[in-house]
Amino acid sequence: MRLRAVAGILLRQFYLFRSSPVRLVPTFTWVAVDIIVWGFLTRYLNAVTSHSAGATTHVDFVPSLLGAVLFWDFFTRIMQGVTTAFFEDIWSRNFLNLFASPLSISEYVTGLVLTSIATSLIALSVMLILATLVFGLSFLSMGLMVIPFVLVLFLFGVALGIFASAMVLRLGPASEWLVWPMTAFLAPFAGVYYPLSTLPEWMRAIGAVLPPSYVFESMRALVNGQTLSATSLLISTTLAVLQLLLAGYFFARVFRYAVRTGLLARYSAEATS
Amino acid sequence: MSVTFTRPLEPARPLEYTHSDQGPADPVLGVSNLCKSYSHLTAVEQVSFVVQRNEIVGLLGPNGAGKTTTINMILGVLAPTAGTIHIAGVDLARHRSRALARTNFAAVYATLPGNLTVMQNLRFFGMVYAIARLTERIETLVQRFDLNHLRDTRCGLLSSGEQTRVALAKALLNKPQLLLLDEPTASLDPSAAQIVRQEIRQLAREESCGILWTSHNMYEVEAVCDRVLFLSHGKILLEGDPRALPGEHGAHSLEELFIRLAREPLHAQEHPK
Repeated sequence: MRLRAVAGILLRQFYLFRSSPVRLVPTFTWVAVDIIVWGFLTRYLNAVTSHSAGATTHVDFVPSLLGAVLFWDFFTRIMQGVTTAFFEDIWSRNFLNLFASPLSISEYVTGLVLTSIATSLIALSVMLILATLVFGLSFLSMGLMVIPFVLVLFLFGVALGIFASAMVLRLGPASEWLVWPMTAFLAPFAGVYYPLSTLPEWMRAIGAVLPPSYVFESMRALVNGQTLSATSLLISTTLAVLQLLLAGYFFARVFRYAVRTGLLARYSAEATS
Repeated sequence: MSVTFTRPLEPARPLEYTHSDQGPADPVLGVSNLCKSYSHLTAVEQVSFVVQRNEIVGLLGPNGAGKTTTINMILGVLAPTAGTIHIAGVDLARHRSRALARTNFAAVYATLPGNLTVMQNLRFFGMVYAIARLTERIETLVQRFDLNHLRDTRCGLLSSGEQTRVALAKALLNKPQLLLLDEPTASLDPSAAQIVRQEIRQLAREESCGILWTSHNMYEVEAVCDRVLFLSHGKILLEGDPRALPGEHGAHSLEELFIRLAREPLHAQEHPK
């Protein structure tokens, strides 16, 4: 892998963000709105439950709900970070220039992922600052176990981003509209805001193959003072790595298909339709 | 419509390209028995030709003749159904990145990202091609194509002529041994087109590269190309010196010959008078 070529992909995205601050605004606007809405909702829920008649124990919704929102938004930003960087090449009809160059698929995808890391870190920082300063969410209280959670969500976000990009490459530019709600479709199955046991059997079966479901189950266990299941962590990490490899394989296959059928060569024309 | 030729038209004798370990006399492009078929269409059939160093070869033919399909295959964005392509001795199918590092292209339909400035585009593509001493190379090309005053202008705001000059600068970043130019002067006024033609001729001499050039402007082809290949229905019908070919086939000009071939190539081939 040529690191200069990877850096080139990253540099291109940097130029776009630098010359157009408008691109940067959505990176933290949506997550900030989410944190504010869910932050006040958790405050309200805390107030309602602590004053309800017969309440014997106080349930703190801040870490379980607001923490879940923060993690889920981080995952969404990672996924959309990859796809948006990919869409930039569709929007500017740059495929022919890129893929008629020595750039390899692995270099290109690595560049997209690095771009996603950079934009997601901005989003994560904004979320952490808001959630900690305004709503008193303390991630430090969860300890070092936050790190593997974040890592699993990161890996799955990248996998989903690569898969979504491959899907758009295969189905054409118009299928971009399928990508934006993709994480919203997964949220009910991943048990972001409720335990998986709440779900019917068939939804739990789907949740079982989604790495985030293990992350959110484990997070709720930690918040409730239980010990973390090493098995859950192992399963979610394994699933995320496998899905990342599958997504990479899928992208490479779609790319080969696009080269074989002429889809790649005429993609520029389709991007204008 | 009847077509009269003083000499029977025969399909051009295929120039078989046999790959050997690259030496100084090896062609910069060797295409051998190239075919591209889709389910109900054969776009390119048994096309073989070579392009030597310092040589400008015109690839001519009516719309749909297979020129862009051939160029897309040489650029690696379209996989041939059969046949081989060697760029400066490197097999494109087996060593895609290595082969594409030795070539570059400019085409009216592959504009550079309009949301990046001239300098940003040149830096970005320079990194994608992993150019050594990139800043120096960019400065040389900026001077050569008179882009100094446009350095910080976004490419989307440039005139057609300016965009062509930037595209040519990008195409020369890696000092390609093979340069593909698909209608490089199509959107230029006669004065700008003449300057570009002079530049390209000079380039072929100075940079010691081979150029494959497509154009519908027969005056331009006569002025620039050392040799032309006439493509029709995916096959090479004629090959030779653009200044000598019309006389050899009873036409007054290259344009007349082109029109005859474009209108009834198969009839002329099968029933020569």
